[in-house]
Amino acid sequence: MLKHSLKPLTPLGSDEPDSTVIGNLKITERDDFSFASIAQRDGKSRPFAAAAKRAFNLKLPGPGQSASNGDYTLFWSSPEQWFVEAPMATHEDIASILKAEFEESASITEQSGGWCRFDLEGDASVSTLERLCAVDTAMMTDQAATRSVIEHIGVFIVCRSAGQYFSIYGPRSSAGSLHHALVSAAKSVA
Amino acid sequence: MIINHPLLGPRDSQEFTYLGDMSLINRPDWEADDAVDQFHEYLYLRDNPAGEHKELWFHEQGDRSWLVVTRNTLTHDITKVEIAKDIARQMGRSK
Amino acid sequence: MTQNNRLEGGLIDRSKTLRFTFDGKTYQGHQGDTIASALLANDVRLMGRSFKYHRPRGPLTAGSEEPNALVELREGNRQEPNTRATTAELFDGLSAKSQNRWPSLSFDAMGVNDLLSPFFAAGFYYKTFMWPKAFWEKLYEPIIRRAAGLGSLSMEADPDVYDKGFLHCDLLIIGAGPAGLSAALTAGRAGARVILAEEDFLLGGRLNAETFEIAGMAGHAWAAQTQAELASMDNVRIMTRTAILGAFDHGIYGALERVSDHLAVPAAGKPRQTLWRIYAKRTMLCAGAVERPIAFKNNDRPGIMLSGALRTYANRYAAAAGQTVALFTNNDDGLRSAADLAAKGVDVVAVIDTRADGPSVQAGAHFKGAQVVDAGGKLGLNTITIKLANGQTTRINCTALGVSGGWNPNVHLTSHQRSTPKWDEKIAAFVPESTPAEMSVAGAANGDMSTHAALANGAKQAVTALKDIGIKATAGRTPKAEDEPINVSPFWYVEHKGRAWVDQQNDVTVKDIKLSHQEGFRSVEHLKRYTTLGMATDQGKTANVPGLAIMAEMTGKSIPDTGTTMFRPPYAPTSFGAFAGRHRDEDFRPIRKTPSHKWAEEHDAVFVETGMWLRAQWFPKPGETHWRESVDREVLATRKSVGICDVTTLGKIDVQGTDAATFLNRVYCNAFAKLAVGKTRYGLMLREDGIAMDDGTTARLSENQFVMTTTTANAVPVFRHLEFCRQCAWPDLDVQLISTTEAWAQYAVAGPNSRKLLQKIVDKDFDISNEEFPFMGCGEITVCGGLRARLFRISFSGELAFEIAVPTRYGDSMMRALMEAGEEFDVVPYGTEALGVMRIEKGHAAGNELNGTTTALNLGMGRMVSKKKDSIGSTLSEREGLNQADALNLVGFKPVNSDETFSAGSHFINSDAQANAANDQGYMTSVCYSPNLGHTIGLGYLKDGANRMGETTRAVNPLMGEETEVEIVSAHFIDPEGERLRA
Repeated sequence: MLKHSLKPLTPLGSDEPDSTVIGNLKITERDDFSFASIAQRDGKSRPFAAAAKRAFNLKLPGPGQSASNGDYTLFWSSPEQWFVEAPMATHEDIASILKAEFEESASITEQSGGWCRFDLEGDASVSTLERLCAVDTAMMTDQAATRSVIEHIGVFIVCRSAGQYFSIYGPRSSAGSLHHALVSAAKSVA
Repeated sequence: MIINHPLLGPRDSQEFTYLGDMSLINRPDWEADDAVDQFHEYLYLRDNPAGEHKELWFHEQGDRSWLVVTRNTLTHDITKVEIAKDIARQMGRSK
Repeated sequence: MTQNNRLEGGLIDRSKTLRFTFDGKTYQGHQGDTIASALLANDVRLMGRSFKYHRPRGPLTAGSEEPNALVELREGNRQEPNTRATTAELFDGLSAKSQNRWPSLSFDAMGVNDLLSPFFAAGFYYKTFMWPKAFWEKLYEPIIRRAAGLGSLSMEADPDVYDKGFLHCDLLIIGAGPAGLSAALTAGRAGARVILAEEDFLLGGRLNAETFEIAGMAGHAWAAQTQAELASMDNVRIMTRTAILGAFDHGIYGALERVSDHLAVPAAGKPRQTLWRIYAKRTMLCAGAVERPIAFKNNDRPGIMLSGALRTYANRYAAAAGQTVALFTNNDDGLRSAADLAAKGVDVVAVIDTRADGPSVQAGAHFKGAQVVDAGGKLGLNTITIKLANGQTTRINCTALGVSGGWNPNVHLTSHQRSTPKWDEKIAAFVPESTPAEMSVAGAANGDMSTHAALANGAKQAVTALKDIGIKATAGRTPKAEDEPINVSPFWYVEHKGRAWVDQQNDVTVKDIKLSHQEGFRSVEHLKRYTTLGMATDQGKTANVPGLAIMAEMTGKSIPDTGTTMFRPPYAPTSFGAFAGRHRDEDFRPIRKTPSHKWAEEHDAVFVETGMWLRAQWFPKPGETHWRESVDREVLATRKSVGICDVTTLGKIDVQGTDAATFLNRVYCNAFAKLAVGKTRYGLMLREDGIAMDDGTTARLSENQFVMTTTTANAVPVFRHLEFCRQCAWPDLDVQLISTTEAWAQYAVAGPNSRKLLQKIVDKDFDISNEEFPFMGCGEITVCGGLRARLFRISFSGELAFEIAVPTRYGDSMMRALMEAGEEFDVVPYGTEALGVMRIEKGHAAGNELNGTTTALNLGMGRMVSKKKDSIGSTLSEREGLNQADALNLVGFKPVNSDETFSAGSHFINSDAQANAANDQGYMTSVCYSPNLGHTIGLGYLKDGANRMGETTRAVNPLMGEETEVEIVSAHFIDPEGERLRA
């Protein structure tokens, strides 16, 4: 942890993350991850790939996919651009950590504070998401990842375990509205 | 409508925003003698075909790719979807 | 009340007796009844009044095509008008009221309209209420509004929630009659992902209404057995009470699931209805067919209904519409009711067949080549008059009459994308001509009128549809089932002088159709609008084809040449609540909160919506009663010492790459290529047409990294535009873009003491003195003992000012730290109003000035547009029309008499000129009271304004009845030399 006198607040505006159980569905607010975007610079595919191998030791996921290894989870966001997630406790300044590895082969942007994340766990995950977004979540396999819209809010959906466990990332400013949407939909089905 | 994204597969057109004719890729040369006329034509004069139309769509709620979508304006049939960046390069857009 | 007309058998659960009320009177029915079937069982035939003439009406059908039996269902805030009694399921405690009548259903004062019918013929709206013009608003419209309209609203908020959702499947099957069930079995067994959508609460379609056998068992039993098998398949989703509303492009379908409509109150937390968007790779339309009536005089008497509906009520609901029944038909199917009703013990007193050569049936009397020419019984049928083949007439007493004019395939969904159906002489009905690419049609919807054909074609079509998408399926052996032709001989209406009803809901008669033809309306679309045929809530499902046929006869054209009107979604009436879904009241749209939101709430902030953002507008102190008191105080305190404002909402875009500087140089009209690292610059972005698009400051954090700010409102469009530039205009520039708006909590710290305040926050390693960190400087720093942060020396207020950004999760804590550090300087938080006042005082343009019509020249920034480089909009900004000598210039205004005030939106009119558009000199864009100057100030665009300093003109606002003499001054009311921000 960095040494300073400022205290973080969760996206929902509390000191501790929220956890809500509706029927057999659990919706958990997560604020224990750091987040950065990383984009390959033009003509730097070789040093970029080498740095990615050093940093993550995994094959960069393609469109619609995520990949995990050790502390890192990556998912594809745009052509030649990925989001990288790591534990907040050890990687709070994730952008600096990655910049040291990638140097001028990548454009790296800190995103930690910009996103909220809610994890959906349980049998009702798919039927809840069915009421919220056009993505065919029932057919998402482990590690599938995509961007979509939930109640006008742009989100990333990452499937951690098919049919059972999904992470929804949305803009932090709309955390309250996104959480409300998830809880309302869950009440319809769970 | 469903747009079959070259990278992400079929996606609802609600995830996209529409711009217009793909000829907007072909931005004129600002140093040409008749640059004002060329830009005027580029910006304001478009074909409005009843039939096949190549148009620009932005996957705003997706991967942020600009796409060139070949769509029949009479039937809404979409016969081809391409990455606009590739098309722009093919059209000779460079530094 | 006993159920006098309750028959034996049926698919109702007699062990469950349900009590309900209709018009205040209590009745009993059973689980499985609809309101209509239960009322018929209780010998109630009169269920409503018609729209225009208030004629007494009973149900015409037993399904969703019902034109007549519309009731107000439930009470209080759940009251719902225009509910079809023929589909509304009975529940215990249900309360329904008839509508469109006063004071009671059996005596309706507006029934006088019926006597005045000559005045209400086709087109009466257009003819009757033409003049005098002044009467329209005050007299005609109020009368029409009161008299017309079906049912009434509770005027209370709907307490229920409505969901929306999205479903995906390989095969969507619309309708679960024999064809749909057969298709679902075939596809389900093949492992395809199937959605089987059925409007009814039972699967089976007509199998539940007929006595046909399938594979040696009752049709409804076969349907139940099939349902059980389908329910056991994980890959099949059975959706009952679900109507497919529309077929849209590329296999997208709208569906309404009535989740809780059959319950008194939805279960806790559950939706009343769900509007689904279904993405289907293939679709099979198995929607069956709807029977159509024959028009004759007084054919709308309660007790007269479709022949198939009589069978449905008897076989499925064990309810007789009357104890003495007659049938009137032009086809074999209409005759089936005779045997079915007789088997249930109902007395079939007469069968009237328009055909001289129709088959014979058992009945009290059988008249071939005959017609029903009149019906008697105002509140309920008691007699019919029959014209025999020999021309003589005879009267017969009966309390119900079943009419059949043939069956119309439900082709609607095949035509939602413009294709029109074709006429099939064999069944005298329209059948699908072509369908959307992903759709096929089976069963009666396709004109396959026998049960066997439906079963066989349902399976066959499913195999074909799945083959298209790479799924192998095999059609099983078609079970043994009814396979009779339905020999029909077209017959549409009985020639007679009286009124014969074609569209019962909109009270359109045969005469009205003839009249509209006589008055020159030749196209079916015109006929529809002029007579209102088919324009009611039932969309003319039973009326359109007879209407067309009569029209065809008038014009001497064939029915196919006459054509149909366009079918449009929704197929069935749909409530606004379902379309609104969860997006109502406070959930109308998502809310975005700033990082200091919680702190601002604790400090009594008044919030304002700016886009989706909730921003603090001002922070009232105890004792302040008017917003201006708070805002004036915030402005004065900031200019005197220091104020803090949350500016996180401004868009922030991270621009990186080795060509980032080149890229910015092309998207901003002013120069950016040589901006030094550690510096910030104001940038003006033009659209390609030369009009200002957005502005903001962009900071160079390192050689290859910039952070751009956009206005709050334009963050999304600017990002889209930049991506267009990057991907389409210059695809080979090495630039990467990503939004970081939300990643950083950013606060403006403004006022003469802002540096002193920040020196307490910024870590000592970083020197923010004027020498080391001058105006327009920027840098990456740490604060509060080591937290990474960004500092920009930029000013919107015109004061010495900074913007400081920290990772958003620390935004709340940062706000508290800043306020604490500022205590000794009497720091104030300020909201968007004070922000606005200060920027107007400084003469900074904002959204009011960057309004989509103004150029750099208008903004007074004409010289900023670099001619030495290519940038978006630079070429077209040179157009002659945008560079006239008297072009609008942004200048300041103050009242000549400082006590006076004026409004934004006022137009400038020279002192001696008349206030009209021809003399327009420009317009006021922003106005506020300046607490520093003690009077109103404004910014506005004035023709040649830059050269008119010191002149006076008039700010005229005819809308508000204002006119103020104003002096033209510099837009920079405060510190025009900019000394404060460089201090």
